[in-house]
Amino acid sequence: MSPAQPTAAQLGLLACDCCGLLSRRAPAGPQRLAAACPRCGAHLHSRKPHSIGRAWAYWIAAVVLYFPANLLPIMQTSSLFDSQRDTIMSGVIFLWNDGSWPLALLVFFASVVVPLLKLIALAYLLVTVQIGMSRRRHQRTRLYRMLEFVGRWSMLDIYVVTILVALVHLQSLAEIEAGPGAIAFGAVVVLTMLAAMSFDPRLIWDANPAQERQHA
Amino acid sequence: MDNPRVSTADPHPLIACHDCDLLQRAPAPQIGTSVCCRRCGARLYRMTRDGLDRCLAMTLAAGVLFIVANAFPIVTLELQGVRAATTLFGAVRALYAQHMELVAALVFFTTILVPALELLAMSWMLGPLKFGRVAPGLSLGYRWVRSARPWGMIEVFMLGVLVSLAKLSHLASVEPGVALWSFGALVMLLAAAASSFEPHELWARVDALAAEADPQPMRIA
Repeated sequence: MSPAQPTAAQLGLLACDCCGLLSRRAPAGPQRLAAACPRCGAHLHSRKPHSIGRAWAYWIAAVVLYFPANLLPIMQTSSLFDSQRDTIMSGVIFLWNDGSWPLALLVFFASVVVPLLKLIALAYLLVTVQIGMSRRRHQRTRLYRMLEFVGRWSMLDIYVVTILVALVHLQSLAEIEAGPGAIAFGAVVVLTMLAAMSFDPRLIWDANPAQERQHA
Repeated sequence: MDNPRVSTADPHPLIACHDCDLLQRAPAPQIGTSVCCRRCGARLYRMTRDGLDRCLAMTLAAGVLFIVANAFPIVTLELQGVRAATTLFGAVRALYAQHMELVAALVFFTTILVPALELLAMSWMLGPLKFGRVAPGLSLGYRWVRSARPWGMIEVFMLGVLVSLAKLSHLASVEPGVALWSFGALVMLLAAAASSFEPHELWARVDALAAEADPQPMRIA
């Protein structure tokens, strides 16, 4: 690539992540002071600080919690006659057997597929940035945008449990209680969102062996 | 002091793509067009005629609906003469009462606190701006809105309510409450407000007001 397409970082400019204003990088001092955007006051940095490390940390925590989130019951239904524990998957199966397969698919997608794909996609983005891959940048950037957009929808099951718990306390007839899986599941959603937020998509475009990297 | 800000008076100011950091010149502003990154295709900003005004109007309307949505029960459940109803906050309390403090906090944060503060911050920024004033703490409010936005999940909550209603409808008779309709309308309004909010326009207006109040280059003593 020719320097005809310079990035802000290569010219010593910083774009504010928050309001977009371009600033000149302050002359490098002995210690790096966190510069603030002259317009909106946000911290200025060329790339999100410790992007890769932070993203991996959140990723690992999310993977660890992914198991209890799917194995522990997220709710427990007790009625006069029986008591039943539901994990996320058994909730989906219940909906499916019940004949409401569009809902079953929706919940399956939001609660099972999305978190799993998110973890896989994040690992792929992080590894390809770390090995400095310069192919498929467009696709990877698009993948990142999709991750950011779709992550929040996994919260669906948490809200379903919330409403069920609040509504179904019909004295002796039936009672629904939230289970420990709900805590783990909520944590997975929050952690994967944090991991995606820590990742800096500009790193995808930084790796280019043919181009000298001028920023430190 | 040397101002580190790169000049904004340029008719074709430089902008850097937030997704790939490519520097590019902004094209001449044209109402109704989006400016996208030359390299990665990210949308940099959009030019609208009255985006901020529309955003303010929808934010205020959303504020009213938000109050209604939280004040009335979302659904009422009836089974063999026993009735149960819940508001959103009531649902949070029910979780809390079951020692699910973390989940209760998560639900409270994502469906009540963040959306409420976001609506307040948006009206605080856009209201005075409508009358040609820059609200004190505008930049703080702006930064707050930017970092809080992903955590407001009213639309996901709305879908969650619908799924739980479908689950319950086999067991008992469910009756949608006023708040359910308000939530539905609120989701639409919030989406419309978010899509008409253009940071580029906000800061262009703030910069213009600041330049009007303080024409700095002429102040050499």
